[in-house]
Amino acid sequence: MNYWPLLGVAVIVVGFVLRFNPVLVVVTAALSSGLLAGLSVPALLALLGDSFVASRMLLIFVLTLPAIGLLERAGLREHAQRWMARLQGLTLARLLVGYLLLRQLLAMLGLTGVAGPAQTVRPLLAPMAEAAAEKILPTLDDADRDELRAVAAATDNIGRFFGEDVFIALGAVLLIQAFYAQHGIALSPLAIAIWALPTAIAAFAIQSARVWLYQRRLRQRAAGGRGKAAG
Amino acid sequence: MLRIEYAYWLIAAFLIYTGLRHLRERHLWHAAFWLVLGVLFGSGDAILAQSAAGHALPAQLGGVGVIVLALLAPRLRRQAHPENCGPEERLQSAIRLGHTLFVPALLIPLVTLLVALFGGWLAISGHALFAAPQMTLTGLALACVVALFAASRVARTPMHEGVAEGRRLLDAIGWSALLPLLLAALGQVFTHSGVGTAIAAIATAWLPGGSALAALLAFALGMVLFTVIMGNAFAAFPVMMAGIGLPLLIRRHGADPAILGSMGMLCGYCGTLLTPMAADFNLVPAALLELRSPYGVIRAQVGGALAILATTIVLMWLFVFR
Repeated sequence: MNYWPLLGVAVIVVGFVLRFNPVLVVVTAALSSGLLAGLSVPALLALLGDSFVASRMLLIFVLTLPAIGLLERAGLREHAQRWMARLQGLTLARLLVGYLLLRQLLAMLGLTGVAGPAQTVRPLLAPMAEAAAEKILPTLDDADRDELRAVAAATDNIGRFFGEDVFIALGAVLLIQAFYAQHGIALSPLAIAIWALPTAIAAFAIQSARVWLYQRRLRQRAAGGRGKAAG
Repeated sequence: MLRIEYAYWLIAAFLIYTGLRHLRERHLWHAAFWLVLGVLFGSGDAILAQSAAGHALPAQLGGVGVIVLALLAPRLRRQAHPENCGPEERLQSAIRLGHTLFVPALLIPLVTLLVALFGGWLAISGHALFAAPQMTLTGLALACVVALFAASRVARTPMHEGVAEGRRLLDAIGWSALLPLLLAALGQVFTHSGVGTAIAAIATAWLPGGSALAALLAFALGMVLFTVIMGNAFAAFPVMMAGIGLPLLIRRHGADPAILGSMGMLCGYCGTLLTPMAADFNLVPAALLELRSPYGVIRAQVGGALAILATTIVLMWLFVFR
């Protein structure tokens, strides 16, 4: 057993801890791991080039940028915020939990590309969440806004992750099935997917509770601020 | 027929446009970075076709291109573009246009959804309109073009202004846009260098053999740890399964394979929420939302991820050895 390629993992850890540029860290790790495994330089370069261009679909989100950029210039975020401020019943927690449910259900149907950080979070969810939070606490500072946007992105991720595993015809379930098939255990995709449901429900409950707690913290701060102003 | 390759060419055109704009503004490092990336995207199909035919040279040049990108990345300073439009102007426009602004924004998910659901049935004189591989992503690319048309109509702004605005956003994202692709390539190199098998060998050597609970915990936490390192639960799954799941849990302790596989994978997903290595889920959104810390999204996920992980491990312990 050749343990030297593990140094590539060490390069990653040390590089991220020392805050070097991540792009440089990742490529350095790939090169060191490949060379320590005894790959020749031409073979390593070809492997790097091939696998880079084979995953081009990961950059497809940049195609949303021109349309989103144009709409933001025309006031999309301002409009989303003003609209949110007018809606009485839609609180921050209801907005985020509603989005979480929708995202999870879409992912369960295999529709993960429909929503996402570029498609829905930046243009719609994040500004609406900010407006909803401003209804609670009008004096949001920059750190609050950062945290709020991060919560919106986290809600999007959690909805996607713990929905897609329930979908039978793609990704995770097929990978699990294929692994077992290689080792002589035959399973139907449905038998695997059904066992992702308990965690999907737990993930929905946990993230909903966290969003609700976050909203309660904002409310308490708002109440504290008012109390001080009155006193 | 609409194929995913057309989307890649669109991306290449957009990247090269970004590079040329930088060239005109005399930002040479930025120009070089986006131009090299654009050329890599535009020639991607040719590289893959040549590799499949046994010619390694184009792929090797691609590898050199990746290294050049890595050397250029630290030189890209985030520069604040002057906004073309002040907040007051945007507010006036928002009041004037109202809900029509939502239409193009919602067209992106809507058209993607329609293509994903019905794209397979569309045909023009017997030829399928959408190629089957990656149909959802082809739909997303089409949706972006449709949305740009619609946005330009709604805002009464020429489309090239949209491309210029898009480039402003791309500059704000900068090199972190590249990380997901590089991490995918790193995963391939790790697989070929046997990093996974080495970790599995260490894990099995350290593991106490007797206790089913200890093996289950090692499997679940191993999935998390390995996903944190590789940035991808799919890469961790075969390694942990071959190392601990199959020989110890299933063969020796009689664990249910369907439950173990499904919930084991979900433990890995909890790891994905924790790691900067899953750049497309954690670092790119932070850049897209213009957070000041690149780790802001991860910080917002830690509590939820650990709670979901703990719940999943308990559920596994309850059900897997029935």
